[in-house]
Amino acid sequence: MRIYVTSVFVDDQDKALAFYGDVLGFVKKHDIPAGGARWLTVVPPEDPEGTELLLEPDGHPAVEPYKTGLVADGIPATSFAVDDVHAEFNRLTGLGVRFTQEPLEAGGVTTAVFDDTCGNLIQIIKLPDVAPTTG
Amino acid sequence: MFKALADPTRRVILDELTERDGQTLFELCTRLAMKHEVTSSRQAISQHLDVLEGAGLVTTRRDGRYKFHYIDTGPLRAIAQRWPVQT
Repeated sequence: MRIYVTSVFVDDQDKALAFYGDVLGFVKKHDIPAGGARWLTVVPPEDPEGTELLLEPDGHPAVEPYKTGLVADGIPATSFAVDDVHAEFNRLTGLGVRFTQEPLEAGGVTTAVFDDTCGNLIQIIKLPDVAPTTG
Repeated sequence: MFKALADPTRRVILDELTERDGQTLFELCTRLAMKHEVTSSRQAISQHLDVLEGAGLVTTRRDGRYKFHYIDTGPLRAIAQRWPVQT
């Protein structure tokens, strides 16, 4: 078994594609009509065969209180790994992205949290460098 | 206020808000876990914040859909007024 997709609930799929594509830099992988909405996924251009991110419509009535509660407490819906949190913070801030947590270095990792404009907070993280394994 | 300050986790929360004022619950939990090895649940931290807010040492402000916590050291003035610092 493997994880091939993960998802965020978005309030508008077109807006989400614009943000996750044009702003964050992911590329569209699947865009399939599915029951009034679309099976819409994006992937990082450098890892097109990796885990996809599904931009899932948030129409179910349970989703709104879930998103509202998480966002109020600053809790991210998911987390993306980056090489340089400070560089991404500067780049995204320049594009008008709102951060609820500025870059924070603690415990060997750096994190920040921003608003995806589709009703979610997203964490970016620079994970500790893993020592190369010797063969 | 003295009860609020008596708890070490609550004092660390005030330390972290002194370092950066205006934090979400999530950021405070991250700082407590990653910098101070505080293993309390998010609910427990939220309850600590309620105590600090009740003592007037923390205020919360909503900004759009987000809620941020700020430190207010104003109540501490009562300590120096009651027991003035000798110079």
